[in-house]
Amino acid sequence: MNVGAAAEVAPRVGVVAAISVDRLAVRFEGNDGSITALSDVDFEVSEGGFVTMLGPSGCGKSTLLRAIADLVPVSEGGIRVFGRTPEQSRLARDFAFVFQDPTLLPWRSAIDNVRLPLEVGRRGGVELERHAEPEDLLALVGLQGREDALPHELSGGMKQRVSIARALVQKPRVLLMDEPFGALDEITRDKLNEELLRIWRETGTTIMFVTHSVPEAAFLGRKCLVLSAQPGRVRGYVDIDLAEPRQLSIRDTLEFVQITSHLRSLLEVGK
Amino acid sequence: MKAAGTGNGRALAAAAGDSSMRLEKWRRRAPAIVAAVGLLLLWQLIVDGFRVPTYIAPSPVEVLEVFAKEGEILWINFWPTAMEAAAGFALGNGIAVLLAVWFVHSQLAERAFYPIAVFVNTIPIIAIAPILVLMLGNGYEPKIVIAALICFFPTLVNMVRGLKSVSPQMLDLMRVLSANQAEVLWKIRLQSSLPFLFAALKIASTTSVIGAIVGEWIGSNYGLGSLIIEATYNFRAPLLYATVILGAGMAVVAFTATTIVERRVLKWKPGNVI
Repeated sequence: MNVGAAAEVAPRVGVVAAISVDRLAVRFEGNDGSITALSDVDFEVSEGGFVTMLGPSGCGKSTLLRAIADLVPVSEGGIRVFGRTPEQSRLARDFAFVFQDPTLLPWRSAIDNVRLPLEVGRRGGVELERHAEPEDLLALVGLQGREDALPHELSGGMKQRVSIARALVQKPRVLLMDEPFGALDEITRDKLNEELLRIWRETGTTIMFVTHSVPEAAFLGRKCLVLSAQPGRVRGYVDIDLAEPRQLSIRDTLEFVQITSHLRSLLEVGK
Repeated sequence: MKAAGTGNGRALAAAAGDSSMRLEKWRRRAPAIVAAVGLLLLWQLIVDGFRVPTYIAPSPVEVLEVFAKEGEILWINFWPTAMEAAAGFALGNGIAVLLAVWFVHSQLAERAFYPIAVFVNTIPIIAIAPILVLMLGNGYEPKIVIAALICFFPTLVNMVRGLKSVSPQMLDLMRVLSANQAEVLWKIRLQSSLPFLFAALKIASTTSVIGAIVGEWIGSNYGLGSLIIEATYNFRAPLLYATVILGAGMAVVAFTATTIVERRVLKWKPGNVI
């Protein structure tokens, strides 16, 4: 039943997956009974992997990501992030979340927004011997020189870059991204796609990335998890083998088109 | 060379833009100034022309004379009122802010006390004033409490709304960061509420002066309020007018000061960039 495991390279003994989801179900109590958002979801993400999640809107992709981030309670089954429950890994700051909206504090400069994770949630004194320099991170996302800019002085793409830098400041082992480029124009989106891959290669962070753009899912992901709608189930967990390092021009190759048409066919079955 | 040239050009253009903007500002103000001066002149002419008795309507020149001759009386009575208004402003807004913070963190508190706050607000301030004088005596206290009461309600309503104006996504972010309630309050809620708070403070800055003056009407022998009553009973119309103008001036100063602080504090609001 574990679609992911079949395609994985043989796991080394004693190595835990970065994320493992086991027969997960999430139900919401609505006014007219409970609604099943996710049912029987099984997959694993290996450490350092880049998994994109694709599905029709309302299929529960965001819910799945939010369940991993301990923002939505699990009804059945289990989620483990490096062997820990979502709550434990949230408290240990194992993961960071990037929202579709940059969610920057408008009264804080770019650099102070990046510092926010270092200022809050430090009750058990956890972590923080492991953190990156906010200045270096703004340079990493290409915003050197704009440290003191307020959010309203930045473009949509720049704001999302700040939000990515903020997610990286605590050196998370997993980066959960919920349609982070969904609200951006295509040119900005392409640029950020390429830069995200560069950041991924440089930091070695495991990334889970929700999108409803098929080309984006294929271009970014080393694997792509396709979900069906209502309730969300795993339709397929596809390996994406393309020449590395990937460049935007790869999207014009035959291999790429074959992959995207395969992903589209999986989505069609989902309907 | 070229870069320096354009840099200079830009600086020059900015300087030119600055002075032309100042000119534009005055041009926009000119009609209001001309109209005000014109109305004052008209008033003077009517009072002189129709020989209106001073006790019915004094002329602008007579009112000005009061400022020159009886400036000391005005000044002596100005300070108690200003002090009461300022203390009432601080007290009323302070309690409103604290209560709003409590309401946002406890639904029970909000359900229990919000209706009472609404009820208190519906009682006319002029009706509460004698009650407070009975309770608190003839000193500064009842006036401060009246000024506080008049500020309290708008600030409470706005502050509760402001503290709740945080987007759900912002709260998700804080949850992912395992932030506690206090951190959410200090890092997010208070800052988000500031635009709402200042909208209320601007109202309160002028109403607190009204509250102090109303308080002085009911049993007091100092302050602008008591001076208004005294001048009215003695038919000293020029003094009455001068007192009223001074009271209005106090409210304008309070309002302007609040606006200046708002601009400083809310620099991050795109609309507030000057």
